[in-house]
This record gives sequence, C-alpha cells and structure tokens, in this order.
Amino acid sequence: MSNFFSDNKDLQFTLKNINLQEVMDLKENGYTENQKFDDAPVNYEDALDSFERVLDVIGDITGERIAPRARQVDEEGPKFENGVVTYHPLTVQNLKDLRAAGVMGVMLPREYGGLNYPNTIYTMMTEMVSRADASLQNLFGLQDIAETIYEFGSDEQRAKYLPAFATGEADGSMDLTEPDSGSDLQSVRLRATQDENGNWFLDGNKRFITNGCSQTHLVLARSEEGTSDGRGLSMFICSKCPELVVRRIEHKMGIHGVATAELQYNHVPAELCGKRKMGLIRYVMSLMNGARVAISAQALGIAEAAYREARQYASEREQFKVTIDQFPPVYDMLARMKAKLTASRALLYETTKCVDLRTCYVHRSENPATADAASKAAAKYYTEVAATLTPMSKAMSTESANQICYDNIQIHGGTGYMHDFDSERLYRDVRITNIYEGTTQLQVVAAIGGVMKRSLDKMMNELFDAIPETDFTSPLKAILKKEYDLQHEAVDFIAEKKDPDYHNLRARSMVENETFLFVGLLLLRDALKDSDREAVTERYILDGEKDFERNYKLVMSDDRSVMEKHRSIIDY
Amino acid sequence: MACKIIVFVKQVPDTKNVTGQAMKEDGTVNRAALPAIFNPEDLNALELALQLKERYNGYVVVATMGLPSAAGVLRSALSRGADEAILLTDRALGGADTLATSFALSRCAKKIGNFDLILCGRQAIDGDTAQVGPQIAEKLALPQISYVEEVLELGDGKIRAKRAIEGGYEILESPTPALLTVIDSNDPRPQHARLLMKFKRAKTPSEIKAEGGDDAAIEAAKAKGLLIGEWAAADFIPADEMDRVGKKGSPTNVKQIQSVILTAKDYKKVEPTADGVAGLIHELIADHTLG
Repeated sequence: MSNFFSDNKDLQFTLKNINLQEVMDLKENGYTENQKFDDAPVNYEDALDSFERVLDVIGDITGERIAPRARQVDEEGPKFENGVVTYHPLTVQNLKDLRAAGVMGVMLPREYGGLNYPNTIYTMMTEMVSRADASLQNLFGLQDIAETIYEFGSDEQRAKYLPAFATGEADGSMDLTEPDSGSDLQSVRLRATQDENGNWFLDGNKRFITNGCSQTHLVLARSEEGTSDGRGLSMFICSKCPELVVRRIEHKMGIHGVATAELQYNHVPAELCGKRKMGLIRYVMSLMNGARVAISAQALGIAEAAYREARQYASEREQFKVTIDQFPPVYDMLARMKAKLTASRALLYETTKCVDLRTCYVHRSENPATADAASKAAAKYYTEVAATLTPMSKAMSTESANQICYDNIQIHGGTGYMHDFDSERLYRDVRITNIYEGTTQLQVVAAIGGVMKRSLDKMMNELFDAIPETDFTSPLKAILKKEYDLQHEAVDFIAEKKDPDYHNLRARSMVENETFLFVGLLLLRDALKDSDREAVTERYILDGEKDFERNYKLVMSDDRSVMEKHRSIIDY
Repeated sequence: MACKIIVFVKQVPDTKNVTGQAMKEDGTVNRAALPAIFNPEDLNALELALQLKERYNGYVVVATMGLPSAAGVLRSALSRGADEAILLTDRALGGADTLATSFALSRCAKKIGNFDLILCGRQAIDGDTAQVGPQIAEKLALPQISYVEEVLELGDGKIRAKRAIEGGYEILESPTPALLTVIDSNDPRPQHARLLMKFKRAKTPSEIKAEGGDDAAIEAAKAKGLLIGEWAAADFIPADEMDRVGKKGSPTNVKQIQSVILTAKDYKKVEPTADGVAGLIHELIADHTLG
C-alpha cells in the first residue's frame, strides 16, 4: 500500500516548483484572514506548507483506503430499486473518509466552511482520487457545482447551499445533457416556466446525469419561450423532491462506481441562479471549463495508475529468460508512456495556474474596491490564456491517458485482457474521459481560436527567453524554435485561405502542434530545475518532433480530397 | 451527559517499513532509521474516544510520554479532533519499562483528574507487550475492559462494551471511571484539513522557546488554543514516588538480544486424510510442538 502523494515524484516536483505566490497573494488578500480563521495562512510559505500537509493526508487516504476498494466498487456498483439509487457501501465509505478529511469544499471561501484553496491544489487532489478510483472522482469533482453557486448565485443562495456542500452533507449534480442535446447544448428543451407569483417550475427530461440522484441540482433550462438557441437558456437550482424522478441508471462501460441517471422533471420547483438568459453562455460555460480541468486530472490519475501497472508488470514478467522491460519494443512503449504522462501533468498544472490567476484577477477587476487598469488587463489576458489551455489540456491529457491505458494492456499481453488485473478496469474507465465534458473534437473547436490568435505566444516567447543555452537545452530549444516558426507559417496559411471547412479539417493537427511546442517548452523549463528530468524531456521533444512534422505537412499540403470524396469513401 | 476521556498514545518506530538498518549492532532498535508514526491501535483508541465525544458531548485529552519530538503525535491527535494534548517529557522518565511507564501514566491520569474513561490502544507495535493499559488500571484501582471493539453505552456511572474473545465476543458492563484497551476494530478518521492547518501551529512551551519565543508568546499560544501541555516528572509525580518512574523504576533488564533467522530447510507432504492429519499431530506431540 502507498501514499499517492509521497510516492509521486512528479506531483511533488510540481507542487514545489509551480510557484503559486501570485495566486495566493491575491487569493488571500494580503493574508489578513488569519485574524478571523485560525487555519488561514500568514504568508505564502505557510500556505504552501499547509498544501503539502493536506495533500499528504489525501495521498494516504487515496493510497491506503480508496484504491484497495476500487475493484469491488467497479464490480458491484450502485443499486437502483423503486426509483432510489443506493451507492455501494465502499463508495459511501470513500466519501465518508474524504468528508472526515474536510476536503469536500476545497475551493470555497472559509466563511462557507471551505479551505479557500486554489484550483491547482484541488486538481492535485482530483488526480489522486482518480488514480485510486476514477469513478469516485465523479462524486468528489461535483464541488465544481458549489463553486458555480458561489460565483453566480445570490448571497441567499450561497448561504443556503454552500455550507452543506463544504461539509459534504449535500451533494450535487449538473443537469445539462438531454436525449437530443449532447454536444449541442444550445438546443436544450427542458422548460422553465413561472407561475403568477414568479415561482419557477421545471418540466422535461435530462439524460446521462452524473449523480442525478443528488440533493442539489444545477439545471440548464429554457426560460424564454419561443427561443431555440443558447440565449434562451437560464440556470436553475432545484432540490431532490417527489416531482424529480430518477427513471433509470445507465449500464456503462466504465466508471461503474457512480450512478449516471435519466431524470424526469414533473413541474419541479426551482430557483433562478444568476441572471436570466445567461445560463449557457456564461454560467454553464464557466462550469464546464471547471469540469474540463477536473476531467483532465481524472484522465491523468487513471494514466498514472496504468503506467505504474505497466512498469511493474514489465519489470517482473520474464519471457525468453529475461524480464520483458529489457526488450526494445517494450521499453520504448514504457518511455513514451512516461513522457506522455509527465507532459500531460506539466500542461495540466500550467493550465490550473492560469485558471487560478484568471479567477483571482476577474474577482479583483469586478470588485469596485480593487478594480484598476492593471487587474482588468490581467483578467483579460488570463481569461484568454485559460480559455486556450483548458481545452488543450483536456484534449492532451485524455487522449494520452487513453493511449497509456491501451499500452498498459498491450504490455500485460493476454493477462491484461483478464479481469484479474486492474488494467482492463483502467482501460474501461479512461474511455469516457475524452468524450464527456466535451469530446476531443469539441476541445479542438474550443482551442483553435486561441491557436490562430496566438494567445500563447507571449508565454512561449517568455519561456524561450528564460531558458538558457546549455549543452542539454540548445539542441532541444532549436527544435522548438523551428516548430514555433513553422507553426506561425501554418497559422498564416490557414488564415489566408479563409476556408472554414479546411480550417475545421486541420484544426486538430494545429492544436496538437501547438501542444507539442508549448509543452516542450514547459518541460525544458522544468528540466533546468531538476536534471533527473532531462531524459524524459528529451524523449518528449524528440518524439514530438516527428509528429509535429507530420501534422505540419498535412496542414500545408492543402490536400482537400477527403472533403471532396468522403461520401464516396464512406458509402462504398 | 458530558464525559471526559483520557487517551494515552505513543509515538513508535514504523515497524511496517523495516529496512536493513532497523536494528543497531547491539540489537536495539535504531530509531533514527525508522520513521516515527502514531501507534496504530492508539489511533483506534483515539477514534473510539472521538466517537464517544460526538455521541455524549465529550472532552478528549490526549497524553503521551516520550521525547520532545513526540509532540508530533499530539498535533496529529488535535488535527483529528482531540480537545487537549499533554506531553510528558523528562530525562527522569526515560528508559522506562512497562511497569514504570504505567506508573507514570497513572499519575498523569490522577493529575488530569475527574475523568470517566481512560482509553489505550491494546499494544504498541515496538514492544507488543499489551501490558501498559492493564497496569495503569491496576495502579489506579480502576475496572478494566481489554480488547474492546465497541462501546455500546456510556452513562449513569457505567459503561457497556463489546470485547473480542477467542472465537467470538462478549459484552461486559462496568462502573465508570474505567480503563479500556482498544483493538483494531474501527476505522480511524484521517486528519481534518482545517484542523491540520490550525494545529500544525500547536506547540509545547519548549518548542516555542526553542524558536525564540518568550512567556508572552506562550500565553498567546494558550489564548488561541495552540499550546500543548508539557509536564516534567516533577509536575505530576509526587517526590516520594520519583524512584518508581524512568530507569530507576524499571526492573526489566535486557540481557541479550538475538537476531533469529528462521529458514525452512525441508518440507514434508502430509496427505489431507484423517490418517495423514493424525500422523502429523502425533509427530508434533512427539517433538513437543504441541502439548
């Protein structure tokens, strides 16, 4: 058994080197809360020390308690009888342990019983929870709902709902998807109507609702009769009640531990959250961006578990009288897995840091007492960067995690196909990560704008400047510099064409190349802080170079044949 | 009803992760090579105390005897929900065997006073004697229930508890105050994030002084509930009983410690039949393994 924090060198490196000083200085508002709350930090070092201690506790809970329960939770799952969902006793125990550790309101302010932690630290917890039991993350991660109520709800709603979220007594769900509205949330149909006293009621159906049996629901509904697009949608809060019926729970390929429900709303009383018509365009987009970060971390946690399984098995399994990790095809696979894992983590936490800076500067710029030109400019800048990095991170983290889980089974051979090992569970669990909270295809749509606008150029130029020329860095930096120039060329090429179809066709290649380039720089920066990271950094950049070149050639080829002939190909 | 519970805990070397350097050449434990942890069954005792605190509006005092560094387990206990912590530390208390330890702890309990229960873990993983808890009870002339799994009821001057016995359990009732030793029968709660962040600052007066703090700093810590009590021997052992604690009060002497390595040289197959088993039993009786 182990501690999922203290056994993870890369995660500890991240905490030590990410430097959240600016985030914490803003978030703690000059570290004044200590007068009122004796758990509040007195300075940044104190905050960092607390993060480390609390992460160590969560590392212990996830490694020693949650992980050993995961197989049974997967095999037996929740029950659904007479309209009532009952979670597996071990899932209940998992939640009890996390509640006892006081980490159900990680990001909420202290006045509501939260820890007032940045998203970065919350995401580290998410990663560890997912490594132990991916399905539990879907319950742990519902803290994003409390965060949304905090951001957009009224003072009364905050006071009413948030303290129970922080203690973990209340749980939540975000009810967005409908049978005919998945990726296309603009077409949501669930009706919200008002009676003569102004009370709201919800009628309609929702599908694929994670933890749909929850106490507190955030619901996206059509409040503006006669509309059919996103501007007619508002966000509502409603509570579990007889009018809200759980019709069934899904039988899924993976993440068995959490119930995914189909809901029927029979005139459910509800409260409007925030402003009318802002439901999708502002609140749900914000909620989903938070959830996208969480799913990136979920995928990363699963990938961490899979990589460790693969590494251990390959070092123990003997064939032809040697352990299989001595065969080039196997160690090459392991090295690629590790490089992808490390790269995904570097991108994820760079993303969370920017998300944290965005949140802090947006709060500052919206508060009349602190709003100034500098905070407004910073809010704008980090909003743009976070909007690019969040989908980029989700695409990379979830696609890499799928590959890592696939390779883990490959390394296990026939054994990995059997129920006896965790490999097949991880493979099933990871498969949803690049689908829900927006498919990879939609992440590309969300990220491509920032790529074309060169949103990350400022950060990349700063990184190029900050990385000194050494025997180790120079050749790798030269590769990245070349990629940087080629990527600019490709952006100009696409922009000048003004052909939306070709733009969409090649968007994935463009986003992937931006990722190779940006993450390569992050890893190079980090390798300078710890020479043990040099080999994995080199591996990522050298592997990436070939993939970059292929993508670049594809973009520049102007090969339009699939646009012209796809029908004939598909229909043959 | 309100109740006051004393929990005695111990910081022990982590014998779960024993490495090659675990023992010194003279056969004693190399404490420097093993990380110090909260004795596992003491965590069960603390958990039981905290559950009783929640059920009966209790107050939990945690005390440990040990080196100044043992304050670490007290901070950990506070972060789990204990109300007060006391460190018993003094050279005069060092080198104690179970007799001297239980004597010192009994005097600690006396000084705390006015308690309903004393809870101890069944045994510590470094010595595995399971003697300290029962000896404390004897020295205080308290009734004791050992091997407790669960407390069924507490109140009206009595306690009903379920204790493990070979092949089952029994339920005992006893007047209070009483001493219970607790086995690995509950799931000790983790440290709570907010309490952890608060009580990481809890310190003993010596720790405050070592960091350059003065009496005012000690008072300030006390006012914030962040002071860990620190008792020297003279603070709780009557002068005429001083020779009953520490090395002086310990009749146990370690004569020799041997590192015994058991190696299986040979094996013998016994058929799973009545004859086969009977033959094995006869053989074991013959070489005095049984009987």
